[in-house]
Amino acid sequence: MSVQLLTYLFVGLTFALYIGIAFWSKAKDTGDFYVAGKGVHPVANGMATAADWMSAASFISIAGIIAFSGRDGAVYLMGWTGGYVLLALLLAPYLRKFGKYTVPEFIGTRYYSDLARIVAVLCLIFISFTYIAGQMRGVGIVFSRFLEVDINLGVIIGMVIVFFYAVMGGMKGITYTQVAQYCVLIFAYLVPAIFISILVTGNPVPQLGFGDTVNGSSEFLLDKLDRITEELGFNPYTENTKSTFDIICITAALMFGTAGLPHVIVRFFTVPKVKDARKSVGYALIFIALLFTTAPAVGAFARANIADSIQDTKYIDAPEWFKNWEDIGLVAWKDKNNDGAMQLYPGNAFEGIQPSFESGNGIYGERIVANELNKNSQNELYIDRDIMVLANPEIANLPAWVFALVAAGALAAALSTAAGLLLVISSSISHDLMKKTFRPNITEKQELLYARISASVAILIAGYFGINPPGFVAQVVALAFGLAASTIFPALLLGIFFRNINKEGAILGMILGLITTLSYIIYFKFMFPNFNNADYWFLGISPEGFGVVGMIINFVTAFMCTLFFPKPPNKVKLILDTIRRP
Amino acid sequence: MKSYWKENLKIIFVLLSIWFLVSFGFGIIFSGWLDQFKIGGFKLGFWFAQQGSIFFFVILIFIYVHLMNKLDEKYKDEDK
Repeated sequence: MSVQLLTYLFVGLTFALYIGIAFWSKAKDTGDFYVAGKGVHPVANGMATAADWMSAASFISIAGIIAFSGRDGAVYLMGWTGGYVLLALLLAPYLRKFGKYTVPEFIGTRYYSDLARIVAVLCLIFISFTYIAGQMRGVGIVFSRFLEVDINLGVIIGMVIVFFYAVMGGMKGITYTQVAQYCVLIFAYLVPAIFISILVTGNPVPQLGFGDTVNGSSEFLLDKLDRITEELGFNPYTENTKSTFDIICITAALMFGTAGLPHVIVRFFTVPKVKDARKSVGYALIFIALLFTTAPAVGAFARANIADSIQDTKYIDAPEWFKNWEDIGLVAWKDKNNDGAMQLYPGNAFEGIQPSFESGNGIYGERIVANELNKNSQNELYIDRDIMVLANPEIANLPAWVFALVAAGALAAALSTAAGLLLVISSSISHDLMKKTFRPNITEKQELLYARISASVAILIAGYFGINPPGFVAQVVALAFGLAASTIFPALLLGIFFRNINKEGAILGMILGLITTLSYIIYFKFMFPNFNNADYWFLGISPEGFGVVGMIINFVTAFMCTLFFPKPPNKVKLILDTIRRP
Repeated sequence: MKSYWKENLKIIFVLLSIWFLVSFGFGIIFSGWLDQFKIGGFKLGFWFAQQGSIFFFVILIFIYVHLMNKLDEKYKDEDK
């Protein structure tokens, strides 16, 4: 069977499975729709959380980022897993004990204020939409490369599938599809990783192969990478390039941001008991760690493979995968030194972020890059980091079914995250804005209808972003985590552990945290990208790590307000007493 | 219930200190110093930064689950 036929088969089968689950798990009431009736087993919830959490970015991008940034990539590995310890110890059990449906609902009740709830809803919607845009782009990439359909058609197919199980099944449908999607995505991630680990090091466990010797030599893989990268003038693979302080800030911002992401927190509302909530975070992290400990190994293998198969290879002898990805513009080559061979050196080969192409072909048959050349670098190659995981099976010459499996896995990762985000958006609108704030008299049935309508509208908006992807997708990830760290995480933490924090403190804290983080990131990422380097940064903190500063501002503001404004009323004390009991 | 909450806070404090030590400590601040030790092909600091800290995170959560279940058991009759 051809690769393409196999891919259609795998993707078709998984999609049929997701739709089947949607019919089986239709939501009957708002409890089903918001929190799956609070009847999800902790292991199932752990898998669903892992699928919810691991997005197109985790599946597709993270190994590629590590391959090209070496040790610096550790900020993502620690940041996107360490947050779960905070979630387990500081938030999940107490919020489950509180026993309601949404994150803004806790904030609104704890801070006895509709305004606090509305501010939380706004933060939540902003965070969630920035995230969704990235998922839809992932769906588009996979469809265009693997199924060779138009990107727009791919996005629409994705929207229809998500519509089925998110709108019909709500949290219940999403949870059980996410369990299936986790199985698909982790299998699709591990199989090629194991194959490649055996090819490169002879060790079938990627986590160990990462620290093993290269096949047919006594040199350790990581030593080899250090040697090659240094020879070509790169920073050694296992050394940092960023300052220690900046690494601390970025890691912390990602950790606190992770713990403050509403679509993750809300997953722990779906288990039957507080005890289950704690256990469930542990299972979730095991399932996540399976991928996150494999990713740095995959990154290292990929870097070694690229060096072996591309460096100083004549373009006419370039491997098949290189030309396939060149066709869709994610790989580009310009023969700067006229030797007909490809060289990867430090620095960008071209000016501009992505290459654009002129029609026709160069003397070796390569596509002609229209961008200005970067004269300061001898680098001749542009290799998009997002292709590393997708291209790995081709680079390592794995059988066609592995290739098809990776396509299905990448789609599972993107769709599961998109669905989780859509749900928190729709429940915050139908529950927190309509039922709790503006239309308190609506019936349960009407509320469920509002939830379905807002989920549908959110899917349409997400689809719009997928078809017209904003050019800033990569930058907005920093924004989503920075905002979660500087608004929602502090509001929840203070609300649980400090009795004296009042509504003024929570509201002002969230608003100031939001404004400082937002303006710092917009200033450096959108307004003055030329100044986006350590010489201009506040205390040398990059925009990715600035969420920590926003968080500290939020804390300080909230504590200052306890001096100037009245204490919380007695009913808040009662709520806190309840959630602090066993 | 005050003593339950106090013991709870103590557990959180101890576990978060370990959390801080393995990630920000071993993975970042002392990472360069730890690199002088090697296990297999890994420099120790590099291992903590890219893999080891994640294993510790998982273990920490399960220790927390275990300790909290014990604590809940201890106080289950006092409440209500």
